[in-house]
Amino acid sequence: MSPLATLEGCASEIALTERPAAEAQRPILRERGQREVFCGLTGIIWLHRKMQDAFFLVVGSRTCAHLLQSAAGVMIFAEPRFATAIMEERDLAGMVDAQDELDRVVNRLLERRPDIKTLFLVGSCPSEVIKLDLAKAAQRLGAIHMPRVRILNYSGSGIETTFTQGEDACLAALVPVMPALPADAPKELLIVGCLPDIVEDQFLRLFKQLGIERVGVLPARDGRNLPSLGPNTRYILAQPFLGETAMALEARGAKRIEAMFPFGAEGTSDWLKAAAREFDIDEIHVEQVLAAPRARAQKALANLRPQLEGKRITFLPDSQLEVPLARFLQDELGMELIEVGTPYLHRAHLSRELGRIGPQVRLSEGQHVERQLDRVRADQPDITVCGLGLANPLEMEGLTTKWAIELVFSPIHGFDQAADLAELFARPLRRRDLLEV
Amino acid sequence: MQLAVWTYEGPPHVGAMRVATAMEKLHYVLHAPQGDTYADLLFTMIERRGKRPPVTYTTFEARDLGKDTAQIFQDAAREAVERFNPQAIIVGASCTAELIQDDPGGLSEAMGLPCPAIALELPSYQRKENWGAAETFYQIVRALADKDLKRAPREGRRPLANILGPTALGFRHRDDLVEIRKILDQLGVDVNLVAPLGATPEDIARIGAADFNIVLYPEIADEASRWLERTFAQPCVRTVPIGVGATRSFIADVAELAGADPTPALGDTSSRMPWWSRSVDSTYLTGKRVFIFGDATHAVAAARIAREELGFEVCGLGCYNREFAREIRAEAARCGVEPLITDDHLVVEEAIANAACELVLGTQMERHIAKRLGLPCAVISAPVHVQDFPARHSPQMGFEGANVIFDTWVHPLVMGLEEHLLTMFREDFEFSDEAGASHHAAHSPRRAAAALAQAAAPPPTAPPEPVREPEMAYAPAPATAAAVAEAAPAPAADSAFVWTAEAEKELKKIPFFVRGKAKRNTEAFAAAEGRREICLETLYDAKAHYAR
Repeated sequence: MSPLATLEGCASEIALTERPAAEAQRPILRERGQREVFCGLTGIIWLHRKMQDAFFLVVGSRTCAHLLQSAAGVMIFAEPRFATAIMEERDLAGMVDAQDELDRVVNRLLERRPDIKTLFLVGSCPSEVIKLDLAKAAQRLGAIHMPRVRILNYSGSGIETTFTQGEDACLAALVPVMPALPADAPKELLIVGCLPDIVEDQFLRLFKQLGIERVGVLPARDGRNLPSLGPNTRYILAQPFLGETAMALEARGAKRIEAMFPFGAEGTSDWLKAAAREFDIDEIHVEQVLAAPRARAQKALANLRPQLEGKRITFLPDSQLEVPLARFLQDELGMELIEVGTPYLHRAHLSRELGRIGPQVRLSEGQHVERQLDRVRADQPDITVCGLGLANPLEMEGLTTKWAIELVFSPIHGFDQAADLAELFARPLRRRDLLEV
Repeated sequence: MQLAVWTYEGPPHVGAMRVATAMEKLHYVLHAPQGDTYADLLFTMIERRGKRPPVTYTTFEARDLGKDTAQIFQDAAREAVERFNPQAIIVGASCTAELIQDDPGGLSEAMGLPCPAIALELPSYQRKENWGAAETFYQIVRALADKDLKRAPREGRRPLANILGPTALGFRHRDDLVEIRKILDQLGVDVNLVAPLGATPEDIARIGAADFNIVLYPEIADEASRWLERTFAQPCVRTVPIGVGATRSFIADVAELAGADPTPALGDTSSRMPWWSRSVDSTYLTGKRVFIFGDATHAVAAARIAREELGFEVCGLGCYNREFAREIRAEAARCGVEPLITDDHLVVEEAIANAACELVLGTQMERHIAKRLGLPCAVISAPVHVQDFPARHSPQMGFEGANVIFDTWVHPLVMGLEEHLLTMFREDFEFSDEAGASHHAAHSPRRAAAALAQAAAPPPTAPPEPVREPEMAYAPAPATAAAVAEAAPAPAADSAFVWTAEAEKELKKIPFFVRGKAKRNTEAFAAAEGRREICLETLYDAKAHYAR
């Protein structure tokens, strides 16, 4: 009997579209309770590094500022392009008009930072709860500061977004301002999702070698130079947490290319091949282009396999990268999946990966952290992927952990990062065996 | 609205977490949205705790608003009590929950829980972390202290003291406590209770048994200690034993309240700092200009050490916690400087840039400001990063604390003899102003870049490009100007003064750490004298005018 059958919440159904027959029966453990996750504001930490002319102004409380500071670690010291407009008693008591205050803060900011070309007003829990209309503010301020500065708005609040969903909300806000392509324009490819520059460049080189001429990237490094978009745009997701962005792209006529996510040799091959198929590239040519880098990735992974093969792994929910990474570790390194927890499961976007994950693997969506930790203690996995609030306490209990946030901050996509990705999981295990004290 | 990149203090509920995490068998049920669990990381990562903070967050989401958030709170509280079986819980709201007004206090009272539930009112939009810690500790003491407790008569027993104030995430609290216990041992005083750190709610019940209280960190324990004074007539030692002089006063105060002989504690032979400070290598420390910023307690203690124990000149003093501004004002008056009470790091940055100091003592933020301005720096106060929760014993308090402080503060400065040689031979082709002390990264890429920038010799009419880390445009304009002035003595394009080539060359010969000040003084002097051109004469007239 499946351990799931005894757990409440497994039977709950959600409406699904186009799920594969095998998936239809798959039980998913859904729990509610305390969630040990970041809110969407955290996305700012990597988004502002990617968009070099953008500034992120959170409208929130001291807690929001404190979170950004804690999450940014020492990066706060690089005078980054983000800040918090901290709401005070006066703002809440209606003693001052919040919109006037916002104007004052934004004007001061734009005076100080003439290099800013795109300004995001980022909603938070407090601003959402008091219903501060940041969309209106963005419109009003935009009218004043255009064309020098474009002002957009999205919400990264914890009541609406989990960790990487902040990037989703941000990119979805960019979609409406992408220039339109005429209906008769030639087919174009759009890569969607924040990737480290080095990875993005690798992918652009590969697409060029494959013969796909027109390739755009969202987000673009230069916020005032967004790729164009139209009914002939075919977009491919580089990250699994972009549900809202995908809907916004579809609304403008773009169509998604179904593929695995580009992790490991197989995931990356599948991702590139799906794009090549969509652009009618000759299969023999595709094989010729991909053979060398894929072989390189496989060789590098073979070196790490002995360290990971047969090791049991549990993922606690964090970034929505869990399912594709679990697929990679299982298929390409021979790890055994125990529980794969994710904050949100987008079945359509993950369908190819979900199809690879066996029915004995416990899939969970959402979190009741205490119960989930009880399961981790009962399962005793060799390695547990979790957030930094849980990592040291689990280590103290004798469990080996891999902190999840690093997976969002490190270059892990593509052929040439496949071994680096595997190494992130192998290292804590190696260290555990190395230390004598 | 206040624009902030860096905040010296977290919100008040983080202060409450610091108290809850310090204690044992106490649980905190916090009404908070998803995401507020980020604060756990402060304890598990920065302080490297091997246990999760004892906090249950209700983690409500948008879809819960307006219907069942109160129910979610009660479920979370019930579950936490069942699972952790605490002796008491504290309940409260984070900034977002404060807006939805669910009243955690009333909700938990209605539940008839098997343990006391202490309600916390922490106004997130007015107050901050230290205040939250102080208020939480005060409410816990008030709720749990057994008011009927009668102190045993003093005859035939050793004196008893409470040590109040150490928390989780406190700067060096762990090691300060070791030093304080040592002193109490030497004085023959027993410890009734340390709180919050390590205390259980049941321990707190016995807080009235002590003869007197010792407040180590007023930011956290002052309010509770005043209530104890009123309720149990417990006198209180408020001298903070940071520095040799302050430690001696502390010993005297404790000895007086305990009726003990202070001599053995005062004669502690582990106190090396006075001799280190008198030895001739320390002569060069005399009159070094130091800028001090942090929490009020540590900043005031540091100012006293700087003036009386190291012979520095305090050229700036401030704190970020308004609650203790009075103490800073009094000490600033003794130092003859304007007090700086602000929680805006940009204001602090500007003050440091304008102070022409040679050493910065501050928090993690000042460490960075100093790095940017090319100034030596040591950390004296929270907020701090992971490296300031060290594995080794590193107190700030007591005689060992003074030893630690001497080493920590002097280390970033160039050693005396080396400074002398650098100054002697600064015209030597192998030396340059950019070569700092041998024990620091004197040849970092940044310095190389600076050398290149100087070699590129910008046209005299344009201000030279400041050599700074990328994305520094956020720094306040005055600081930028100062940084430019420090980086290159060439007058800025908008300067009202014309420096002769000779005077400019002479200015370059002045040691880099006082050059900016020399330039400003000279220009101020020239302005006062109505001279527009600055030649060698002006430079040396100004030097004579400002001679210390």
